[in-house]
Amino acid sequence: MSHQRPTTDELSDPASRGDDAVTSDSRTETGGDPTDEPVLELSGVVKRFGTETAVSGVDLAVNEGELLTLLGPSGCGKTTTLRTIAGLEQPTEGVVRVRGEVVAGEGQFVPPEQRNVGMVFQEFALFPHLSVAENIAFGLTEMDAAATDERVAELLDLVGLSDYGDRSPADLSGGQRQRVALARSLAPEPDVLLLDEPFSNLDVRLRVEMREEVRRIIKAAGVTAISVTHDQEEALSISDRVAVMHDGTIEQVAAPGELFEHPESRFVASFIGRASFLAARVEGETIETAIGTFPRSLLKGLSDEYVGADVDVLVRPDDLRATATTEAEALGRVVERRYTGPSFVYHVELGDGQVVHCLHNHAENFEVGDYVGVELGADHTLAWYPAR
Amino acid sequence: MSIGSRLATLRSTESPGSVSTPVVVLSAAIAATVLSPLAWLLWQASVVGVGGAVDLFTSPTAVEVLANSLALTALVTGASILLGVPLAVLTVQTDLPFRRAWTVLVALPLVIPSYIGAFAYISLPNLFETLGLTAAIGVTPPTIYGLWGTGLVLTLFVFPYVFLTTRASLLSFDQAQLEAARTLNHGYVSAFRRVILPQILPGVTAGSLLVALYALSDFGTPAMMRYDVFTRVIFVELNSFGDGRANATLFSVQLLAVTAVILALESRVSSDDTSGYGTPASSSVVLSLGRYRWLATLLPAGVTLFTLGLPVAILTMWLVRSGPGYAGGGLAFSPEFALNSVVVSALAAAATVLLALPVAYYAGRSDSRIAHLVERSTYLGYAMPGVVLGLALVFFASQWLLEAVGPGAVQVVYQSLPLLVFAYVVRFLPQAVGSTRSSVLGVDPELLGAARLLGASRRRTFRRVTLPLIAPGLLAGTALVFLTTMKELPATLILHPTGFTTIVTYIWRVQEAGYYGRGALPALVLVTLSGLSMLQILRQERQ
Repeated sequence: MSHQRPTTDELSDPASRGDDAVTSDSRTETGGDPTDEPVLELSGVVKRFGTETAVSGVDLAVNEGELLTLLGPSGCGKTTTLRTIAGLEQPTEGVVRVRGEVVAGEGQFVPPEQRNVGMVFQEFALFPHLSVAENIAFGLTEMDAAATDERVAELLDLVGLSDYGDRSPADLSGGQRQRVALARSLAPEPDVLLLDEPFSNLDVRLRVEMREEVRRIIKAAGVTAISVTHDQEEALSISDRVAVMHDGTIEQVAAPGELFEHPESRFVASFIGRASFLAARVEGETIETAIGTFPRSLLKGLSDEYVGADVDVLVRPDDLRATATTEAEALGRVVERRYTGPSFVYHVELGDGQVVHCLHNHAENFEVGDYVGVELGADHTLAWYPAR
Repeated sequence: MSIGSRLATLRSTESPGSVSTPVVVLSAAIAATVLSPLAWLLWQASVVGVGGAVDLFTSPTAVEVLANSLALTALVTGASILLGVPLAVLTVQTDLPFRRAWTVLVALPLVIPSYIGAFAYISLPNLFETLGLTAAIGVTPPTIYGLWGTGLVLTLFVFPYVFLTTRASLLSFDQAQLEAARTLNHGYVSAFRRVILPQILPGVTAGSLLVALYALSDFGTPAMMRYDVFTRVIFVELNSFGDGRANATLFSVQLLAVTAVILALESRVSSDDTSGYGTPASSSVVLSLGRYRWLATLLPAGVTLFTLGLPVAILTMWLVRSGPGYAGGGLAFSPEFALNSVVVSALAAAATVLLALPVAYYAGRSDSRIAHLVERSTYLGYAMPGVVLGLALVFFASQWLLEAVGPGAVQVVYQSLPLLVFAYVVRFLPQAVGSTRSSVLGVDPELLGAARLLGASRRRTFRRVTLPLIAPGLLAGTALVFLTTMKELPATLILHPTGFTTIVTYIWRVQEAGYYGRGALPALVLVTLSGLSMLQILRQERQ
C-alpha cells in the first residue's frame, strides 16, 4: 500500500504496519497477465468544483489485465475519479498517466477521444438512432468497412448477441443493453476500460447474473478495467483488487479477501461486512472484554507498547454466537433481531451498553428481550484500532 | 345514499372524470363555427369556376407571386436555421458567459410583431444620418425593400422558433451519449454530426416549419417592404374593384394549398419522433469554449443588436427628433386609439377563453377520436393566414348576408366590432385551448372521483374542484390572447369598423403616409407590451 498517503490516524495504527502477508487471490492467475508496469497511474489527483472538493489526493496504480473496483459510499469521489481518468473532467491538481504517458496534469490535457480509454456508462448511453451493430462500430473510426464488420461480429459473439446486430437498442432488455455497451466500449481495444456503476440500472436478479458475465467478458478481452460501485458485495465478487474510497481519498487498496479480513482503517472495517467494535483493555498477555478474556495473540500485530491501553476490536456477526443461558449468567439481552432469509442477525446489548451483532442460522431462535451469553468463535486473528 | 349505492351509480354511468354530452356537443359546435370561414372561402372559390382559375394561376403575375412567396419562405427558413441552431448549441451546451440572459434576449424578438421591425428598418438610413454616420463614412445605406429586406426582417423576428425548438431538443438530449461518443474516439464536431444532430433533427425541423408557416402567412412585413407575395397581393386585390375579390379568393386558395403542404410535412415530423429511452441529462456544460468564450458572445450580441438594439434605437430617434416634416398631416395620435386597442383585445380575450374552456376540457378529459378531431380543428384558425381569414369574413358579411338576408343585415355585421372579435377568436383560440388543456390535464382524475364519492354532482365537482385548479391556466390563456390581439395586424386592418382606430391601424396609416415619426411612440408601446407577453410565457414555462 505504498501509494497510499498515510494519515496520522493510520500511522499510529499498528495493524497497517503488521505483517504484510498478501492473501493471494487465485483470480489474478486465471485472468489477464499482470506485469509490473502499471497501465494506469494516478498521483496526487485532486478535483475541486468551485469550493467543493470531490477528490482530495488520490494515488493509484492499476496493472495490466487487472480488474480494480473503486468502492465507497455516494459522494466519496469515486465517479469523479473515474471521469478524470476518462478525460470527462480535468483534474485540478495531480497527474494521470496511461501506459506511462501523461494524459492530464503537468500542463497537459489529452481530450477523451485521444486517450484510448473506453467507458461503460451508468445508463449505458447507447445511441438510440443507431442499430446494435452501428453502436458497436461507432468507435472504429480507422478501420475499413470489411474490418469493421469483422470486428463487430467478433464482439457480438463475445457478448453473446450474435443475432442482435440489426436490432434497435430500444428493443433490448436491460442485460442486453449492458452487453452492447460493453461490446461498444471494447471494440476499439482501449488500454483501460472504465465502468461507472455498471449494474445499478439492472434489477436485483439480473445483477448477480451480469456480474459473472461482465467479469467473463472483461477477462476474455484481456482488458485492464476499473469499475465504480457503492455495493460491497459486487466489489468483492468481481474484482481482482478493491480500492475503498472515503471523503475523496483512497483508504485501502487490497485483494477482496485481504480487505475483508484485515481492514486498515475504521472506515474500511465498518463499511465492509456490517462489523461492530468491541471495547477491550490489553493486560499483559491477555485482553479483557465484556464477553470474556482472550489471549493477546488473537489481535493481529499488537505490540508491547499497547499494554495497559484501551483498544477496539473488530468483530463481525459471523465471529460471534449468542447462547441460551439464565438471567444470572447472561452477558446481555437481545434488543433486535433481523431475519434475512437463510439466517438471523441478533443485536445483543451487553452489560456495559455496547451492542454487538451475532449471526445464526434460521433454526436457532431467540426472542427480543431474551437473556443470552455471547461466545467468540473466530478461527482467525482479529483487526483492532486504538480506542477513540 | 350509502357509499355502496354511490359507487354503483358511478360505475353504472361512466368514470367520474368523463365528459357529459352537452359539453361534447358544445365543443363540436365551437369547432364547426371556427371552421366556417374556411368552408365559406372554399365554397366561394368553387363558384369562380375552373376556367377562370386556370387563367389566373397561369398568368405571369400569379407565377411571379408564387415564386416570390416560395423564395421568401425558403430564404427565411434557411437563414433561421443558420442563426437558430448555433445559438441553441451555444446557450445549451457551452460555457458561454451569461447563458440565461442570452437565451431570453435571443428568444425575445419572437413576441415582437415583425411589421414593427419592418417599420423600423425602413428608416435605417435616417438613423445613419441622424447619428452623423453618413458624414463619417460617406455612404448612406439604401433602404432595403424587396426580397432581401423582407427576408432580413422576417428572419430576425421569427428565427427564435428554430432556436427554441432546437433548444428543447438539446435539453432533452442525454449528454452521456455525447460523453460516450467522445470516449469512442470522436471529437465534439464529429460527435455533433453523428450523435447529436440526428437526434435533434426533429426539433430543428419542427421549428423550421413554424418559420416557413409564418413567412408564408405574414402580411405586414412584405407589405411595408413592398415585396409582392400572396398576402400583399390578396390585400391589394381585396381593396380593388372589378375582378379584385374573385382574384383575392383564388390567391387565398393557392396560399392555403401551400400552407397545407407545410402543415402536412409538420404532422409527419411530429409523428416521426423517435425519442430515446434513456434518462434526460442535466443541462451541464459539455463543451468548454476556452479562450473563445468571450468571442462567442459576439454571435448572440450581434443578433440582439439587430433584433432589439437597432429597431429600438430607430424608434427612439423618431421620438426625440421632432419637426414639421415628420409629424403632421392631421394624423395626431390620440389616447383613444390605445383605449380602443385595450377594449377590443379584452373582449377578444374573454370570448376566446370562454369558448376555449369546453373544447380544452373535452380534449383534456377524453381520449376519443372525436375529442382529438375537435381540438385539432380549432387549430386550423392558427394555420389560416390573417389576410385570408379577413377576406373570408368580408365576403361572408358583405356578399352572403346581402343575398341571404338583405342590406340591413350587412350594415349590422359588416365592419362591426363583433365580427372583428370573432376573427380574433378564430385566430387565437389555439393559444387559449393549449394553455387551458394542459391545466385540465394537470388535474388528477382521482380528485374528481373523490368529490363525486363525497356526494358532489358533476356540476358541483366542476365548480368546486376543477375550476379552481385550472384557474391559473385560464388566466394565463386570457393574458396571452389579450397581448397577441393587441399586436394583430391583417384581420384588424381588414375588419375594423369605420372610424375605429387602434394602435395597430394607426401605425399602418402613418406608415403608409410616410409620417414615421408619428408611429414611433405607438410602436414602442407595442414593443413593451410584447416584452410583457414574453414574461407571461416564461412564467408558464417555469410552471
